[in-house]
Amino acid sequence: MHDAGKIFLGLGVFVGLVGAPVWYGLGRGPGAPPELEKAVEGPRCVEPTEVMRASHMQLLDQWRTAVVRRAEHVYVASDGRQHAMSLTGTCLRCHADPAKFCDRCHGYVGVEAFCWDCHQRKRRSGS
Amino acid sequence: MKRRSFLELVGLGAAGVCAVPVARALGSASRTEPAPEALPGKRWAMVVDERKCLTRDGCKACTEACHRGHNVPAMKDPRHEVKWIWKEQLADVFPERVTPYTPAAVKALPTMVLCNHCDNPPCVRVCPTQATWKRADGIVMMDEHRCIGCRYCITACPYGARSFNFEDPRPSIPGELADYPTRTRGVVEKCTFCTERLAVGKRPLCVEACEGIGCGALVFGDASDPGSPVSALLRSTDVTRRKPELGTSPHVFYVLRG
Repeated sequence: MHDAGKIFLGLGVFVGLVGAPVWYGLGRGPGAPPELEKAVEGPRCVEPTEVMRASHMQLLDQWRTAVVRRAEHVYVASDGRQHAMSLTGTCLRCHADPAKFCDRCHGYVGVEAFCWDCHQRKRRSGS
Repeated sequence: MKRRSFLELVGLGAAGVCAVPVARALGSASRTEPAPEALPGKRWAMVVDERKCLTRDGCKACTEACHRGHNVPAMKDPRHEVKWIWKEQLADVFPERVTPYTPAAVKALPTMVLCNHCDNPPCVRVCPTQATWKRADGIVMMDEHRCIGCRYCITACPYGARSFNFEDPRPSIPGELADYPTRTRGVVEKCTFCTERLAVGKRPLCVEACEGIGCGALVFGDASDPGSPVSALLRSTDVTRRKPELGTSPHVFYVLRG
């Protein structure tokens, strides 16, 4: 145990460096949660808000697979209402500006969504 | 605890964990279905009637309607060109029809080309991600979400019907429409027989544009339905297909001049 001091010092530096992002985050504390723009149309989303908040990515995946791979364009929600499965055509009708809705949460949690690399961010006129 | 009861317990626990997503999926009351107005078709096909097409010198109605409607970019660099439906010289589309005595004017006749929606599409065979596949109604479809840009399909297609986005297409789209997505750099695209329109009861853009100018050289429909206009033409006219010797069985047919 001649080098115990050096070993523990080394370990300390290692843990400090590797955990730097964690220590930084702990030091800053939780930021204020993002404020999301209210839907501009309609009182209800296609599914209840809690479901959308937790599982919108699965829903969008399901929509994509249905439309592109099975040519099914109609979503019958769990409450029986029917919706056209379209990110730009349906989602943006109420969440008119993704910059004030999608991007705020995704920026807050640091999850990059690449939907808009191809899909249109502009709300369709007359839809 | 006995070894036997321990194993039983572990087995039951694992089964329970696996049952959770199954139960969740079964419990969900939502579902997806085709739109009621979707056009029914068992085998979509197109006939390009060159007898009519050739009467319109320099006409680009179908190309313009398609490329505008699908946000197809007009890349400046000709090596980066993206095309869904366009004209090529007859000698390049049907090289087997050219003899040493074919007049230059015939060789140069402009001929419409697009994805042939083959019965045995080589592009589908080579795609490693199933980003391109053949639908039950015969359409060779593209799922750009899955495309990894390997370009095997471009190499495999004997008709040169596929284009690759070597650069971000968005800056090169003249008048981007909000009704259709664009593509991104690194994916392959091609004609899809307007699946997005068939699904809501409309016919392909090129066909409507061609009819719109009173030409009607592009005839589209269900080849398996004997009553459809495309069937009538196929059963009454001398039609040909591109490179039939390859066994791909294209479903874009041509009525050539004379």
